[in-house]
Amino acid sequence: MGEVLVLVEQADGVVKKVTTELLTLACSLGEPSAVWVGPGYSTAAEATLAEFGAAVVYVAESPELAAHPVAPKAEVLAHLVSEKSPAAVLVASTADGKEAAGRLAVRIDSGVITDAVAVSPELVATQSVFGGSTVVHSRVTSGTPIFTVRPNSTPPVASNGAAVRSDISITLSDAARKASVTGSTVAVKGGRPELAEAAIVVSGGRGVGSPEGFAVIEALADSLHGAVGASRAATDAGWYPHQYQVGQTGKTVSPQLYIANGISGAIQHRAGMQTSKTIIVVNKDAEAPIFELADYGVVGDLFAVVPQLTQEIGKRSA
Amino acid sequence: MKIAVCVKQVPDTWAEKKLRSDDSTLDREAADGVMNELDEYAVEEALQLGEAHGAEVTIVTMGPERAGETIRKALSMGADAGIHLVDDGLHGSDALATSYALATILNGRGFDLIIFGSESTDARMSVVPAMVAERLGVAQLTFAQKVEIAGSDVTIERVTDSGYDTVKASLPVVLSVVEKINEPRYPSFKGIMAAKKKPVETLTVADAGLDMARVGASASWSAVVDFAARPPKAAGTVVTDEGDGGVKIADFLTGQKFI
Repeated sequence: MGEVLVLVEQADGVVKKVTTELLTLACSLGEPSAVWVGPGYSTAAEATLAEFGAAVVYVAESPELAAHPVAPKAEVLAHLVSEKSPAAVLVASTADGKEAAGRLAVRIDSGVITDAVAVSPELVATQSVFGGSTVVHSRVTSGTPIFTVRPNSTPPVASNGAAVRSDISITLSDAARKASVTGSTVAVKGGRPELAEAAIVVSGGRGVGSPEGFAVIEALADSLHGAVGASRAATDAGWYPHQYQVGQTGKTVSPQLYIANGISGAIQHRAGMQTSKTIIVVNKDAEAPIFELADYGVVGDLFAVVPQLTQEIGKRSA
Repeated sequence: MKIAVCVKQVPDTWAEKKLRSDDSTLDREAADGVMNELDEYAVEEALQLGEAHGAEVTIVTMGPERAGETIRKALSMGADAGIHLVDDGLHGSDALATSYALATILNGRGFDLIIFGSESTDARMSVVPAMVAERLGVAQLTFAQKVEIAGSDVTIERVTDSGYDTVKASLPVVLSVVEKINEPRYPSFKGIMAAKKKPVETLTVADAGLDMARVGASASWSAVVDFAARPPKAAGTVVTDEGDGGVKIADFLTGQKFI
């Protein structure tokens, strides 16, 4: 079986969960190699990559690689593709990941498939498109196949890898140096997981009624250690910040559990959450289309049902 | 300053979208075509930057005949001119082919700023701006929630999962903007009338100097094996709250081992 490159996503030197998922997927396709771009590679990172099966870790840790957005990742991967001729390249389907994959595809003149939810050993990708209404199977027909894979698509499974370190040094192109990152601002404080990666998402919509109303949504999310989302109706009204919008013009999430509160379920919203594994709905309107997606639904006032649920979770997990 | 805005006509955001059974491409006839919603922010940003810094704004689109409506809409908002790449040979182009075609048209025209919406609401790949930057070898400033230009320096706030990064470059740059960076204007009656007289250059594949072997479905780097409508979800349980709705959900979540 051939080598499969996995671009590592990390924050402050800590490997993100999506990378452990991609390594697990890579194990089913061939021999996984992790690719670390930027400074901060640590023994903790190495341990995580080894735990999930990385046979080799290519480490390109020049600080310059983190000083410019996106392009350095594509250039490190392009270098490795030409050196190692891997069977495939896997990248997380995040904004950065997709752009790096796109630039890589141009550089190595290879096909790219984005937002895969599965990749078979024959390298056929499964995508869930048009808000999850259509399932498409596709494959790359030219060059080294590049796939971006959505977070939460593959449950991570431990698989011992040697994680043998191999240092990589490349000369960045002049074009890659033209844009520079001069600062990073963390706008969101608090211990909640990132929306796109979260295993549990609790969302509020028009029915929440006000910014203050989101307190009950946040309390439920915190009781489950989940992330908070919002429908476009709620973000357009200014009740919750726009970056938490789930839907066609916002984020696409595919968590293990999605709890939709006071959300009617217009296509705009369904497009962003329809592939969630388990869906719970709370809505006053029994006719709301979101109930069609519900594994379990309650017709009722969210301000009565949600706090009761939060309290119940507190009791049961105490 | 010269600004280009790349826009795409897409099926109405609120319409059900389908793939064609014959060639697995998006069925564009099945729904009304509208300007990709995120591109409206790109047009508005171009107009505002143009008003602040003095610039000519050119709208660029690639798509069938009726995609010309999208150029007219942007012209009626206030853009100055349009370029429409229209050719049956383009049908079925993937992101690589699209970025190749756009980069070829844009190259050599002296644009200082090339602005995109951060994604299209149909394909949702978000890769074409990065691909065009890579092909043109110019700076990529994408996912901007704020853009500032001072002289030839451009600074943006690039949206990240945890907040934003400040990213800087010198002109020329490829820019993509996110929803809510501004409030797109509605075309005025005067704007609509004026748009009718504004120049729109139409180009075929041959006019644009494109290699026919690198555009269209047969040239694409990936292929659909098959597709199917997602099987309808098995009906779940829906109950009416009788004062114990929260407890009932907790029971369900316990059964599913979430608690």
